Amino acid sequence: MVVAEEDKVFKALADASRRQLLDRLRTKGGLTLGELCQKHDMSRQAVTKHLGLLEAANLVVTVKQGREKLHYLNPVPIHEIYMRWIGKFERSQVQALFNLKQALHQNDYDKS
Amino acid sequence: MTNPEFIYTTYIRTTPEKVWNAITNPEFTRQYWGGYENVSDWKPGSKWAHVANDAARSVMVGGKVEESVPLKRLVLTWASPSNEADVSRVTFEIEAIEDMVRLNVIHGDFKPGSDMKEKISGGWPRVLSSLKSLLETGAALKVMSCKTCASAGAAKLEAAA
Repeated sequence: MVVAEEDKVFKALADASRRQLLDRLRTKGGLTLGELCQKHDMSRQAVTKHLGLLEAANLVVTVKQGREKLHYLNPVPIHEIYMRWIGKFERSQVQALFNLKQALHQNDYDKS
Repeated sequence: MTNPEFIYTTYIRTTPEKVWNAITNPEFTRQYWGGYENVSDWKPGSKWAHVANDAARSVMVGGKVEESVPLKRLVLTWASPSNEADVSRVTFEIEAIEDMVRLNVIHGDFKPGSDMKEKISGGWPRVLSSLKSLLETGAALKVMSCKTCASAGAAKLEAAA
């Protein structure tokens, strides 16, 4: 990934509302603008603007279906970043730490 | 495709010829796709298979070529030989945009309750990053740790037992 593309990805991710939109699309792909505006406090205009930035960063891709535009999460740029900074020898250690952290968090949830 | 479930997109600094070749040439596919080869004559109606590059030549997935427009578009049915009823559809779209090529992989039309749907998510981003890396830098990435490959390996062991 060249620097300009990478900048777009990091900038797009550096916003909680945009990450929330990505989370929605991770749970269910193919949502329309209307569906993405539901359950958000943002205006339709704000959601449209965020989606534009996510699309420019190639984190969201769209297909036209009739009059609607369907939105999908595209995790490929995030995977490229992952592959760049996490070498193949470190991958299992990083995964182990991630699993440990998840297990410990799970414990906290169980207690509360 | 009537019901696209996943769409993966990558921009690669290369030519449509190279991307088409990377998807359809077995010697090319095994370099970035966990050692597997895509084998077919790529004519509409023909069979295709994603085959291990070893003595057993076990088929991980395969199906029919539904559409084939060289350098532009390839539509395949996608099913594991161990569960052919669980068939879905994959479309590759190749488009030159300025000095880059946009490759879309659209996977959808899954059967209700499809196992394949669970297996493939996570797999495509790995394959596409590896393909991009190979075409841009000449070095592919390790992709063998993917779940689909692991379960295909398990299916092979079961079949051998």
